[in-house]
Amino acid sequence: MSTLIQPAPMGAPASAAPPPGDAFLRFENVSKVYPTATGPYTVLDAIDMAVNQGEFMCVIGHSGCGKSTLLNMVSGFATPTEGQVILHGNRITKPGPDRMVVFQGYALLPWFTAYENVYLAVDSVKPDLPEREKKEITREHLAMVGLTEAAEKKILQLSGGMKQRVAIARALAIRPEVLILDEPFGALDAITKEELQEELLTIWNTQKCTVLMITHDIDEALFLADRLVMMTNGPAAKIGEIMDISFPRPRNREEIMEDPLYYDLRNQALDFLYSRFAHDDTAD
Amino acid sequence: MVPTSSRRPGASISPLRWLTRSSGSWLPPLLGTGGFLLLWQILSSAGVIALPAPSSLFTEERTRTLIFYPFYDRGGLDKGLFWQTMASLSRVAQGYTLAALVGIAVGITIGLKPTINRAFDPLFQFLRMVAPLAWVPIALVLFQNNQPAAIFVIFITAIWPILINTAEGVRQIPQDYRNVALVLQMSSRRFFTKVLIPSALPYIFTGLRISIGLAWLAIIAAEIVMPGTLGIGFFIWDAYQQNYVGEIVLGVIWIGAIGLVLDRLMAWLQTRISPGQ
Repeated sequence: MSTLIQPAPMGAPASAAPPPGDAFLRFENVSKVYPTATGPYTVLDAIDMAVNQGEFMCVIGHSGCGKSTLLNMVSGFATPTEGQVILHGNRITKPGPDRMVVFQGYALLPWFTAYENVYLAVDSVKPDLPEREKKEITREHLAMVGLTEAAEKKILQLSGGMKQRVAIARALAIRPEVLILDEPFGALDAITKEELQEELLTIWNTQKCTVLMITHDIDEALFLADRLVMMTNGPAAKIGEIMDISFPRPRNREEIMEDPLYYDLRNQALDFLYSRFAHDDTAD
Repeated sequence: MVPTSSRRPGASISPLRWLTRSSGSWLPPLLGTGGFLLLWQILSSAGVIALPAPSSLFTEERTRTLIFYPFYDRGGLDKGLFWQTMASLSRVAQGYTLAALVGIAVGITIGLKPTINRAFDPLFQFLRMVAPLAWVPIALVLFQNNQPAAIFVIFITAIWPILINTAEGVRQIPQDYRNVALVLQMSSRRFFTKVLIPSALPYIFTGLRISIGLAWLAIIAAEIVMPGTLGIGFFIWDAYQQNYVGEIVLGVIWIGAIGLVLDRLMAWLQTRISPGQ
């Protein structure tokens, strides 16, 4: 499969990217190679990308294209084999609370309540804050995701959507600079999913942290993101194209779906995923 | 499956009807146990087996006294079964507590450090196969004293399931929880109390429950090394030496009953402390 980067018909991606030297978050020639029994396996090959502060980026691509690996190198759970990921001019080497993750399986501690899960994060990251303030932050973030009523419930008693709300509240309560979400809404029903997308946008509008989010859903990306990173197929995946999504904010789902640009962008993404980089199932 | 009644829950049922309806749960064990005792009675009366019949436990003077007066105390070793049991239980409690403390501590260490696990695992796998009785002479040589030797035998018998299950519980902590601890940069102390212990608790309890049974099983072995001391194990050994077969049978029944109670107690504790995980 060719990895030729074709010029995007809608707005040149290069214009939206900041100058690579002083971007908030940047990938510099990042490659990830895993040693296997049959020789080295290249997951990602020479990724260069710059992300602005406060930007909402979605990453889309077929499974096995290294999306999770790409984000794990920001969270610090994976390190590049070659190249480096730079945040604020510092090389990322290990996980830290400035790059909080909303994990795919929620990763909430089931022996605690919703409140205790959020409080534990606040208390771990900012142990020196006065007790009253830590409690206030916890309550405030649970309220943001509409969980004031369910705060004292044990995690096991919560539905999937509520668990994801707790995970988001926990992630935002520690005020990260970068929020990383790995397919956060994949396991939820369509209605809950839309509700959570809207809540996430509302909160992001107030906090303006930088968001990196993996998704499989083009409509989700078009509603949420400033830019959509489309990855080519693995092995040795690259960034195929970065699409600008320039709908004005705050966004309204009905309004943007009436915009003709929505369908142009959607078709462009579909064309990328299902024509130019269609997933070859027989190759697996 | 027992068909469920169409009555509303909480509606009162006469005791007799309740007994008839729930007979599926109490009848088979009653028939099984009763049948076993009956068979034993017949075989003993017919002289096929040398053991005294179950009925003789009540007809024979010595065992009848032991059954009906568990609290008697004529000084020395001549005490009721309650006091014999308490002496044994206190020994089990000491050995078991020691086994729990050491087993959980070592289990957590080897669960967290694969290298230490690899270093000691063959040794642990080997040692846990050694029967309680085989530890007795070693314990006597090691301690030169009956009391610590008995406690050591219980300790060394009970420690392995606790140690191995705790280590497994720590290894089974989901990677997600570890990642949360990493990204929040939790202190080791916080990780230990908020993540590790709660996550491994069901495994630790499984080990503790298996071990309480083993600790109680080891009591006979432990008390045989202590001639002349109060305890249900030595009680049986002493009865054997003096050929009071009825007392042996009674002692064994008593041991079984206590073991059952201990196991149920641990099971109950387990449901109280880590419900539904």
